Amino acid sequence: MSYQGKKNIPKITSERLLIKGGRIVNDDQSFYADIYMEDGVIKQIGDNLIVPGGVKTIEANGKMVIPGGIDIHTHLQMPFRGTTTADDFTQGTKAALAGGTTMIVDHVIPEPGCSLLEAFDRWSKWADEKACCDYSLHVDITHWNDSVKQEVETLIKEKGVNSFQVYMAFKDLYQMSNTELYEVFTFLGEHGGIAQVHAENGEIIAEEQARMLEMGITGPEGHVLSRPEELEAEAVFRAVTIASQTNCPLYVTRVMSKSAADIISQARKKGNVVFGEPITASLGTDGTHYWSKNWAKAASFVTSPPLSPDPTTPDYLNTLLASGDLSVVGSAHCTFSVAQKAIGKDDFTQIPEGVNGAEERMSIIWDKAVVTGKMDENMFVAVTSTNAAKILNLYPRKGRIAVGSDSDLVIWDTDAVRTITAKTHHSAAEYNVFEGMELRGAPMLVVCQGKIVLEDGNLHATSGTGRFIPCSPFPDFAYKRVKARKQLAILKAVPRGMYDGPVSEFSPMSRGGTPSASTRTSPTKVPVRNLHQSGFTLSGPEEAPIRPAGRRIVVPPGGRSNITSLS
Amino acid sequence: MLQGESHEPHPFTESEAETVQKALLSVVVSERLLIKGGRVVNDDQSLYADVYVEDGIIKQVGENLIVPGGVKVIEANGCMVIPGGIDVNTCLHKPYLGTPPVDDFYQGTKAALAGGTTMIIDHVTPQPGDGLLEAFEKWQEAADKKSCCDYSLHVDIPHWHEGVKEELEQLVQEKGINSFQVYMAYKGLYQMPDSQLYEAFSFLKELGAVVLVHAENGDLIAQEQSKILGMGIIGPEGHPLSRPEELEAEAVFRAITIGNRVNCPVYITKVMSKSAAETVAIARKKGSVVFGEPITASLATDGSHYWSKNWAKAAAYVTSPPLSPDPTTPEHLHSLLACGDLQVVGSGHCAYSTSQKAIGKDNFTLIPEGTNGVEERMGFVWDKAVAMGKMDENQFVAVTSTNAAKIFNLYPRKGRIAVGSDADIVIWDPDKIKTITAKSQQSALEYNIFEGMDCRGGPLHVVSQGRVVFEEGKLQVQQGTGRFISRKPFPDFAYQRIKYRNKIMNMQGVSRGMYDGPVYDVPATPKYITPAPSAKTSPTTHQPPPIRNLHQSNFSLSGSQIDDNIPRRSGHRIVAPPGGRSNITSLG
Repeated sequence: MSYQGKKNIPKITSERLLIKGGRIVNDDQSFYADIYMEDGVIKQIGDNLIVPGGVKTIEANGKMVIPGGIDIHTHLQMPFRGTTTADDFTQGTKAALAGGTTMIVDHVIPEPGCSLLEAFDRWSKWADEKACCDYSLHVDITHWNDSVKQEVETLIKEKGVNSFQVYMAFKDLYQMSNTELYEVFTFLGEHGGIAQVHAENGEIIAEEQARMLEMGITGPEGHVLSRPEELEAEAVFRAVTIASQTNCPLYVTRVMSKSAADIISQARKKGNVVFGEPITASLGTDGTHYWSKNWAKAASFVTSPPLSPDPTTPDYLNTLLASGDLSVVGSAHCTFSVAQKAIGKDDFTQIPEGVNGAEERMSIIWDKAVVTGKMDENMFVAVTSTNAAKILNLYPRKGRIAVGSDSDLVIWDTDAVRTITAKTHHSAAEYNVFEGMELRGAPMLVVCQGKIVLEDGNLHATSGTGRFIPCSPFPDFAYKRVKARKQLAILKAVPRGMYDGPVSEFSPMSRGGTPSASTRTSPTKVPVRNLHQSGFTLSGPEEAPIRPAGRRIVVPPGGRSNITSLS
Repeated sequence: MLQGESHEPHPFTESEAETVQKALLSVVVSERLLIKGGRVVNDDQSLYADVYVEDGIIKQVGENLIVPGGVKVIEANGCMVIPGGIDVNTCLHKPYLGTPPVDDFYQGTKAALAGGTTMIIDHVTPQPGDGLLEAFEKWQEAADKKSCCDYSLHVDIPHWHEGVKEELEQLVQEKGINSFQVYMAYKGLYQMPDSQLYEAFSFLKELGAVVLVHAENGDLIAQEQSKILGMGIIGPEGHPLSRPEELEAEAVFRAITIGNRVNCPVYITKVMSKSAAETVAIARKKGSVVFGEPITASLATDGSHYWSKNWAKAAAYVTSPPLSPDPTTPEHLHSLLACGDLQVVGSGHCAYSTSQKAIGKDNFTLIPEGTNGVEERMGFVWDKAVAMGKMDENQFVAVTSTNAAKIFNLYPRKGRIAVGSDADIVIWDPDKIKTITAKSQQSALEYNIFEGMDCRGGPLHVVSQGRVVFEEGKLQVQQGTGRFISRKPFPDFAYQRIKYRNKIMNMQGVSRGMYDGPVYDVPATPKYITPAPSAKTSPTTHQPPPIRNLHQSNFSLSGSQIDDNIPRRSGHRIVAPPGGRSNITSLG
């Protein structure tokens, strides 16, 4: 296992740690065992381990020990119109750690027209300086041309990025046409990348936004009214179609509505390689708040696709998550202060989009899915950590408690109850979309890179300790099936004799493809007619019809007899 | 009762019709007809009754009718008497690269009548650059000259721009057209992007028209076509390979989404695959106003023939969307037709001869698209759905005639046997067995894609405009007798629900107090739309300090406390209003 991190794991790693008496919960099984860690790696698992003296021992007292969460979708320190999101990499990763998440994957968003590589370097510099936990990066493809193609190839081969997001919304900014999507997907499919897609029909959104503003609806409720959930479902359907045509694994970020989730589960049933990512907000709350009389509160829920006003949505998404139809939970943590949101106080289309959720992510799933009996603890591990690690090709280094894996783990207290409030959360935002919710289940102790970062409710995180974790292409989890299908899906032409019958004369107007140079040349050789091999009858109608005028037929020498020759 | 009593609102066809009437007075119009002893089958019920016809109109329906002497009597002998079929999708005048199809209005309507169809609705396909009105007039002229049965026209919209709007308005209000087709395929030719579709749907809905959609994802087709040509596949099998059925299903889904957003009825022409049909069915269950039209070819045959070794045979099946290579497709479509998830059967009849098809002999993308089916349409629905026990005879009438009449606002003038309706009547023999072959067909084509298939059920007598045109296997038609039937906008069948939804769907903004908290200062780079002119003005000038009411708000302002020691980042300018940061909202 090669750690291609920018810096070498300093000071922290000397720490040796023994967790005793815990129940290890992986995505496949749970069992009682002790865990011994050294140098940030799990060294031994089992009963009665032989460990050096002077090791710090933690008593788990039968509590669950789970792999640290992987938050596959964050926007920390994201530039937005000259400002940045309220949570930078320090603030955001602290919130993540406080919630039991020990790795984040952030989105690099290059401005359209700018270099992907430069943007990637900028982001990794920011994260190296500030992140308190390991991180990896997705790169968003905001425009498409040949130089972008080369940069994507470099990112995959040299920089350790294997997932790229494209946008079907944000018309005239990030949005790509179907043709471009087809090309991007084809390219990613060949190079072993995962195509992530922001799925909403941007064309129709633009129309609806204009209509809403014209009707005088300028508040945050206009956001959800102009982005009804079927536009999300439509785009998901289209993305699935394009991905299946190009044989490229698809990952739908932010599944916010029932109908979008349904499309994904139907597609999976048909065999499409597609993963759906609901986010903390769509699993924990709904879009009724857009109608709040309090503008700032309503605006704090603005994200795209919007939260569904249907209050039964969170329950439904949790069900699909439990059944495996949705694969991964992200947070899409992207926080703006109220003053930043207020950029759009007179026009909802100007409200910066994003909700919090990095800290609440794991507790929300525990409370809404495990406590309610929808999901078992193994599935909980799968959707919060293991599946993400598999999709990113980081498994089993991340996402599993096993010998040789990174010592990112969490002792999970299933009985802890806490009330979410902006007063105590670790994000810098002044609001919290889950304000006032009581959640069961919380991390009791968090170990990140072999070091205890959360204990007794106190966070001891250090900025700049996070390492960049490179992701290699062709993750088995997504590509095994794709590879097998590639071998099957070779199309073949039917070997036929040349058609040498008459060809109608036509005005050379090109229609899609270029017409062949000379369709008019008549064959000189008279071919052998073989009617036995053809089930096709040539006979014309008995009573000669009135021939429409202007119908010229080029008759080859030998008359009209030969429709085909089967050589 | 009949809204279509005035046949032709514009003078040209009226005079034309008059001259025709005068000329044929002795032959045609004076004919009085009594159909005795038949079972009248409408879409809602069947009953034994006699039907008396005069001047092309049904005058009486019932038993023991009192009729004038000297009336021609047809003995139905207990056979079904059904409304004449309406074929809603034909292309009898659509040229391909300058060459017209071999079945023109004469040839095509002859075939229609021989199959029990007494009215067709043809597609006007303006060539790019042509005006819609100009094209419409061309089509009408051709049809008036040649058509043997009543006809109406859909107009296709090849591209969307401001000028089209005026023409559409004129077509709806003056010309009697209430249905227009848009294309989601044919990139660079007819295809419209989503935002144009949205605008077209919005506009057509205001006019009360039905939007017909050719649903296939043209962008992806173009990609696949060049990929497949690049692989050296140039034969007709490239056609279905480059247009897999999910591209159809995707476009259907998108069309329905746009229809829902605009609250506009959507009619999907040529439903060719299971998945497209499923998408229509699911949308209907959710309440969308959407109609699906399978065609003769998709109901009776499949796409396995594209792989035929015989090029001409394979090419004969080329149509778009293509026939599905899945051989279970026809049966599935019949099931959905029988349960009402699909509503109307068209023929998609568009006949190009083998030599015309051969324009694409070296490149499948150049093969002109279209299959035959106008003559076989009703027979195959009977054979594959009614005779198999999937469908009853009333539903048969619904899908072959009544539903079409309702959707396109011809009902009850067409699509029903009732007093006052047009005398377009078919006496249907459910036991007649016919083998389909190009040798005996009415179409001018030298092939038939249903060649060799046996078909149970067929017309014994066909009455069109009150005149017997098909009897004992013989056609007696005259070109130019077909009338243009104008159609009014806002058909109830499609628009009643739309109207109610319009009333309900009025959206309202939330009335809030002005937000008067701090606003982040944004550099003037417009991002989506133009930003509000001045987001920076502080509320000193016009607002009295608002009263803060914390009781009505459960929003907590308090910032983070644990990490208060974290220094604020630079570049964080906040415009604070006078009075400090206290007011986030005022509830007015």
